[in-house]
Amino acid sequence: MNEISNKWIGRNTIRPDGAEKVTGRAAYAADTNMPGMIWGKVLRSPHPHARIRGIDTSKAEALPGVKAVVTAKDFVDFPADKPVPLGIQDMRWMSRNMLAREKALFHGHPVAAVAAVDERTAAEACALIEVDYEVLPFAIEIDDAIAPDAPILHDFVQFDGKPSNIAGKLEHKLGDVDAGFAEADVVIERSFTTRPVHQGYIEPHACLVSVEPDGKTTVWSSSQGQFMVRAMTAFLTGIPQSKIRAIPAEIGGGFGGKTICYLEPVAAILARKSGKPVKMVMSREEVMRATGPTSGSKSTVKIGAKKDGTITAAQGVWYLQAGCLPGSPIRGAAGCAFAPYDIKNVHALGYDVVSNRSKVAAYRAPGAPIGAYAAECVLDEVAEAIGMDPLAFRLKNAAREGTKLAYGPVLPRIGYAETIEAAQKHPHYAVPLGKFQGRGVASGYWFNAGGESSAQVNITEDGNVVVTTGHPDIGGSRASIANITAELLGIDYNRVSVLIGDTATIGYSNLTGGSRVLFASAMVVTESTEKVIEQLKGRAAQIWGIAPDQVVWENGEARPIGEHSGNFPSMTLAELGAKANATGGPIGSGTQSNTIGAEGGFATHVVDVEVDADLGIVRVLRYTSFQDVGRAIHPAYVEGQMQGGAAQGIGWALNEEYIYDKKGRVDNPGFLDYRMPVCSDLPMLDAVMIEVPNPKHPQGIRGVGEVPLVPPLAAISNAVYRALGKRFYSLPMSPPKVLEALDMPMAAE
Amino acid sequence: MAKTHVSTTINGDPREFLCDPADSLLDVLRGPLGLTGAKEGCGSGDCGACSVTLDGRLVCACLVLAVEAEGHEIQTIEGMATGDHLHPLQQKFLEMAALQCGICTPGVLVAAKSLLERNPDPSETEVRYWLAGNLCRCTGYDKIVRAVMETAADMREAAR
Ligand code: FES
Ligand code: FES
Repeated sequence: MNEISNKWIGRNTIRPDGAEKVTGRAAYAADTNMPGMIWGKVLRSPHPHARIRGIDTSKAEALPGVKAVVTAKDFVDFPADKPVPLGIQDMRWMSRNMLAREKALFHGHPVAAVAAVDERTAAEACALIEVDYEVLPFAIEIDDAIAPDAPILHDFVQFDGKPSNIAGKLEHKLGDVDAGFAEADVVIERSFTTRPVHQGYIEPHACLVSVEPDGKTTVWSSSQGQFMVRAMTAFLTGIPQSKIRAIPAEIGGGFGGKTICYLEPVAAILARKSGKPVKMVMSREEVMRATGPTSGSKSTVKIGAKKDGTITAAQGVWYLQAGCLPGSPIRGAAGCAFAPYDIKNVHALGYDVVSNRSKVAAYRAPGAPIGAYAAECVLDEVAEAIGMDPLAFRLKNAAREGTKLAYGPVLPRIGYAETIEAAQKHPHYAVPLGKFQGRGVASGYWFNAGGESSAQVNITEDGNVVVTTGHPDIGGSRASIANITAELLGIDYNRVSVLIGDTATIGYSNLTGGSRVLFASAMVVTESTEKVIEQLKGRAAQIWGIAPDQVVWENGEARPIGEHSGNFPSMTLAELGAKANATGGPIGSGTQSNTIGAEGGFATHVVDVEVDADLGIVRVLRYTSFQDVGRAIHPAYVEGQMQGGAAQGIGWALNEEYIYDKKGRVDNPGFLDYRMPVCSDLPMLDAVMIEVPNPKHPQGIRGVGEVPLVPPLAAISNAVYRALGKRFYSLPMSPPKVLEALDMPMAAE
Repeated sequence: MAKTHVSTTINGDPREFLCDPADSLLDVLRGPLGLTGAKEGCGSGDCGACSVTLDGRLVCACLVLAVEAEGHEIQTIEGMATGDHLHPLQQKFLEMAALQCGICTPGVLVAAKSLLERNPDPSETEVRYWLAGNLCRCTGYDKIVRAVMETAADMREAAR
């Protein structure tokens, strides 16, 4: 690890993109326009499940003002039996998600799209498209989809040799669970359900695409990765990647939900057909019906422990909804659920279940909150049954350096036990509680990720610094990059500009996701900056006529050392920048790398709730998160990640859910009825950062963005149990359910 | 459809525009007037990302018809800073990291300014209820509430 003086690392600097964002000038995807631009709109299926026998677009095309109409026929066909992977996605599913092919698979599934002179004309034209549907029976919930007589979504999906809606299975095994349960004094087994919840970003998906007559395609869009946009647009349209320039607009939240494309390839073909730039913006209703969410689930977890508190075995099976096409985050559920513990015998199983709902997308630590919910609730019951404090029980079994996890790895130095110890010592854990109040705890784990990143660090002629990276900045990552660069160069933070390059101006960089951005970009920025420092030392050596190893870089200056020490006055970055051309040309360096060494992240949450027995409302009184953050480069934005994750977890636990009507349609596709936490629902959210540096990273960075959503569901469930003496085994613990559990009539209107 | 001519005042300047009767104020701000600081998160009055003031009253621009702006004064996020001088709320939001993705920020700032104009010394609860119409999915509101309260304290101090 680098030696760190902590002049800029660890400082709450003002983000480089701040002024634009508080003045309304920052350009998000829907804020960009072009001369001659027209508008695209999507026609969506009115049925949750229907074979498409034919589509007649002639009336729509004849409507004055309509410039282009597209259906799946205008895009590359990916046969369902030949996998075409791109990262964790498969183009077979992405193409069918973007526009229905053989069948419409959920209510709201795109079937065709129109571009017209304005939005109203485009919408009018959509209504003129005639689709010949053969309406099919549908399945929405997991139990309906896996029932023996369930309508099968895809003929090519087989399970146990039969057509099935179970599209995949994943299994992790360690030791022998039967032997482990036989050793236990207490064994508890429980079943749980959770509902699908949406990522809830405030900015709907939007893009603007222009295709020039020579085929050059420029995409402005809001996404978690401009290179993902380029790749998916190329795959789905057949336009080569070299012809596509994907420009990352500022992004108004993603949380995983913008790691795939819905609109860009459609807009590209509409633009090509019409010869005009095409803008597409989803409505909130479209976002709710047809993007994201994360899986609903059902699960059963069984945990055994000895009277002394040693966990002897843990077993879990999770069924996760994939939505209409395969690919739910079973890996996150089965892999992360028991990862905080050193358990010798583990069996974790996950099943991927398709049904007639929108295809799930990643949501902050995909699958892990679902896994941890079941595991951490059962752990709580086991601790109670053997009479141990729930934190002491977790600490006794905590995973540590050297622990082997069921999904494979052996842990390096981690700070999980430290999060529990910090929670035990925190004043929050000792505050007395009143009637209908309860305190819950839970822990959580997330894999974190490394992967491809690129950076360029250039010294300007006036001796300042421009850093370019390839990751959309969703939560302040530019500020952290500037902190690191200023630290390494020994210069003032305000002399560093940080920009996000587009696909034509910076090397390939993988998604903003997996809690990888700062881990990976700090690595390539560090390497680039170190190369720049070598160049600066070389230039000074050249000017002084001495060997480069006789020069050090300190406090933003080159200084001679050894026999030449004191012979020449130090040279600043500004002086060296001004002399760059005379000493060999521009100063700057880039790095492109596939970064490794992202180690997992752990957190422990403590929450106090109060149940309003008249209204059935669960109120969060106090919330404290304890997380091993590796090293907090910009502490306020690390806290922000912890607070934001806790808030999303509170929503998931207490209120958020997709509600379907009897016709298979989402019944609450808006913010009024899909109610996310608002300001008056929440207390302050305390964040305690514990810094156990990642030994595999130059600054000790661990991913911090996703772990915060892993513990809240169980922590809040455990708190509600203590408040009421009654356990809920399904989320959300919304007022009607709480009232029912209290066996009280609904409050009179 | 015939367009309607509307004369209004936006951020202190007289402005005119033509609109369809069905256009919302948000449509014309973001469209013909080029003021894209107000965002559309829902178009149904549920997120507050489009917050502006109409004759000093906090409104969702997506729920106001553009024709209703006739003869009224609109203030948007674009009018909050004075020249290159940020409003104390804008400055405090930056210093306290009260934004992550920033899509809710213009609406939150407009709403918070309108609160402090009415109540220079709000309690935490008052801030939370005033901002309850402004959804933020990133921050959990903690730093937003703290920034508003600290700004209020600074502004009271400065006014003494
Ligand atoms: S866009 Fe107006 S309240 Fe959401
Ligand atoms: S900062 Fe992203 S929604 Fe508020």
